[in-house]
Amino acid sequence: MHELAVTESILSIAKRHAEQAKARRVTDIYIVMGNLSSIIDDSVQFYWDIISDGSICSGATLHFQRIPAQAVCLDCDHQYSLQERLSPCPACGSAKIKIVNGEEFYLDSIEIER
Amino acid sequence: MATQRVPVIEKIMDANDQVASMNKKKLDESNIFAINLMASPGAGKTSLILRTIRTLSPDLRVGVIEGDTAPVTIDADKVLAEGMPAVQINTGGECHLDAVMISNALEQLPLDSIDLLIIENVGNLICPAAFQLGTHVNVLIASVPEGDDKPYKYTNIYRGLDVLIINKIDLLPYISFNMDYFRQGVELLNPGLITFPLSCTTGEGIAEWTAWVRSQVEKRKSQNA
Repeated sequence: MHELAVTESILSIAKRHAEQAKARRVTDIYIVMGNLSSIIDDSVQFYWDIISDGSICSGATLHFQRIPAQAVCLDCDHQYSLQERLSPCPACGSAKIKIVNGEEFYLDSIEIER
Repeated sequence: MATQRVPVIEKIMDANDQVASMNKKKLDESNIFAINLMASPGAGKTSLILRTIRTLSPDLRVGVIEGDTAPVTIDADKVLAEGMPAVQINTGGECHLDAVMISNALEQLPLDSIDLLIIENVGNLICPAAFQLGTHVNVLIASVPEGDDKPYKYTNIYRGLDVLIINKIDLLPYISFNMDYFRQGVELLNPGLITFPLSCTTGEGIAEWTAWVRSQVEKRKSQNA
């Protein structure tokens, strides 16, 4: 639902870095996204095509790198991957867990033409 | 033509988070304890705000920011009727409040004469979780009729909480709601989360919640005194 605000933010970050690097055009944008972030890549792509039109980023391809979700058990230190659902520690059954990967959401880099 | 890779490494929500930090600074300077109150539509956000105001006033002065997707002032009017300052934000269809909207709303509130600010977010369990506002705590109201499976379905909002309120506990005898299952889901996402089961209809549990709010306001005041 909030992908428009997110896409506007991606565009403004990419434009700023492109201008700093004296780019003529941005060809690719690399985004890192944890599997736990509630962002739909398809919607971002949809808004992107509309709002980047006419900017230095127009026509740039968005690449999404997905990071799998992982948790660590606070009782026995066991680290395990989370599937669709949060689950208790498979080693000791404890419900005291901490998410260590999967919440990332950042713009990693851009590919530019000068 | 040769292309060149430019490293960026910038959090996509960074612009919002920076404005949120400015909001927090402004609130701290005015000695205000601020709550971001989130819930699905109909969970009882406005009812809880009104109950809280009635219990804490006149000792504490409460300001309210009401977020709604539609251009209505129904909620703000109810707060104004209690004699407390309120600002209505119409998000124009947006599904959440963001830090810039709060920054604008703060301009319209008499910050020097407020001890507690409650921000009623847009009724939604997904989008508000992604936008920090600069408040001191994130509070969610889960209500019994919504069902006991919500922590399992809306994991992001539960993970970012400081306090959970379980509203409409007076309906527990009539609704199939397994409290143990619900609490187990919450525990996985947010171990040891402060939780207040209550009913805005009967008033049960309201005293515990308002005592906690009062202690937070007083703690802040004594820290800055």
